[in-house]
Amino acid sequence: MKAYEVVVIGGGPAGLAAAAAARKSGIRDVLILERDRELGGILNQCIHNGFGLHTFKEELTGPEYAERFIRQVEELKIEYKLNTMVMHIQRDKRIIAMNRQDGLFEIQAQAVILAMGCRERPRGALNIPGYRPAGIFSAGTAQRLVNMEGYMPGREVVILGSGDIGLIMARRMTLEGAKVKVVAELMPYSGGLKRNIVQCLEDYGIPLKLSHTVVDIRGKERVEGVTLARVDEKGKPIPGTEEYISCDTLLLSVGLIPENELSAESGVQLDRVTRGPVVDDSLQTSIPGIFACGNVLHVHDLVDFVSEEAERAGVCAATYVKREHIGTEGRMIRIVPAAGVRYTVPQMLHPDTMADQVIVRFRVGKPYRNCRIRVAINGDPILCKKRPVMAPGEMESIVLEKKIVEEYPGVQEITIRIEEA
Amino acid sequence: MTVQELICIGCPMGCQLKIEMEAGEVIRVSGNTCNRGDAYARKEVTNPTRIITTTVRVHHGTQAVVSVKTESGIPKDRIWDCMEEIKKVTVEAPVKIGDVVATNIAGTGIDMVATKNVSVL
Repeated sequence: MKAYEVVVIGGGPAGLAAAAAARKSGIRDVLILERDRELGGILNQCIHNGFGLHTFKEELTGPEYAERFIRQVEELKIEYKLNTMVMHIQRDKRIIAMNRQDGLFEIQAQAVILAMGCRERPRGALNIPGYRPAGIFSAGTAQRLVNMEGYMPGREVVILGSGDIGLIMARRMTLEGAKVKVVAELMPYSGGLKRNIVQCLEDYGIPLKLSHTVVDIRGKERVEGVTLARVDEKGKPIPGTEEYISCDTLLLSVGLIPENELSAESGVQLDRVTRGPVVDDSLQTSIPGIFACGNVLHVHDLVDFVSEEAERAGVCAATYVKREHIGTEGRMIRIVPAAGVRYTVPQMLHPDTMADQVIVRFRVGKPYRNCRIRVAINGDPILCKKRPVMAPGEMESIVLEKKIVEEYPGVQEITIRIEEA
Repeated sequence: MTVQELICIGCPMGCQLKIEMEAGEVIRVSGNTCNRGDAYARKEVTNPTRIITTTVRVHHGTQAVVSVKTESGIPKDRIWDCMEEIKKVTVEAPVKIGDVVATNIAGTGIDMVATKNVSVL
């Protein structure tokens, strides 16, 4: 059985940045396992621009952003295996994987970095009645077909869900000659970035119907049309508001779910809200030596933050392998999401070993205007940040300073809450 | 005088911008919270541009298509001309990031370049 110091599961943006960071932190044996035919992950199909504004201070397309990290991985001579599926990760960090060259094989890792990304919520999660005709795609599948395989999934399109991938695909399909009739969104607000609403829908005159959903799909062999209806505050369709729209294709952009089957099997504790592993300030999961970063940990909206987070996971995995102190020892403080905050990552931190500054990322549960983010230790306010606007679709963050946390010995909880004006 | 309204895309705030114009000139921008909003509004009503990203067919490559982009923003009203022209373009593998796949697209003076490496099959 081959042994490596650090094994990274997934060669997308998170995996690439984590591997490079581990290598730069002095780890010689780093291996990336990737199930696709090339490195870069989902970035390869995201051919639109807008990536890298934070990291590189320029606007790149997805493949270009990926290439910057792939080049680093090549230059650092990091080993990787493509077309390789990881079947199982054990608690003792033994990995079972398979591919065509090696067959089924085992690897013993000293540290594992989970970077498997996320997948799209499928139709089955939505309970839309109707047959199962051809022509229903998740937005990401359509994106891969159009941008990588060179196929058009349809000509007349309805998109359900206004997440960023749905908005991007509305524009993409339009540019390729399809008629995108409408984007329907169940919630009273869009889940996508403002920039995408303007540049993907408004630029092309594509209507966005908020508080609407698909209540029926017509067609047996191929989609012939869908029925939209307005929904009430509880998301229930309102009778009498139905509207039939003929189309041959329905794209679903209805949310992303971290892909954690492997993590769950290994025994890593998962968070009920993020559906990713519970981690501490070193991005270590409940199993020592197993770290997580990127969309497998929680779904991000900007790849720049994935890279940043992954780099931290890589550095911490290296520290773990070198048996130096990382944030796993001693006292533990829980970071508690309170009023308005849906979750935080990390979910806890170790005050004795924490870095001077720890970034805590979180999402709010609904849109807010003119509000404050309040952070408190044992009820004492330690941070207050004014925010003119916040939305569930845009990830927020605060920075916890070690020197402030140190002023509160014996503390067990840090709470983050949103206070409305 | 005409008044145009726009939503600023500079940040998540999404300010409602009001632009007062006379004879094609911007007289006043209001509703913005910062300077970026002002700059965006002026550009957007006088010379809106977009970077266009799409794909072109590749012959003998490891992928059927390669992603491409306009090297900088092209006028918004030339998007369809650009798409019409780029549709006819095919390239031969290998393709490298930055390779020019079409020059002076739709007479805009701007080139289209590859954004992905595709090797020979």
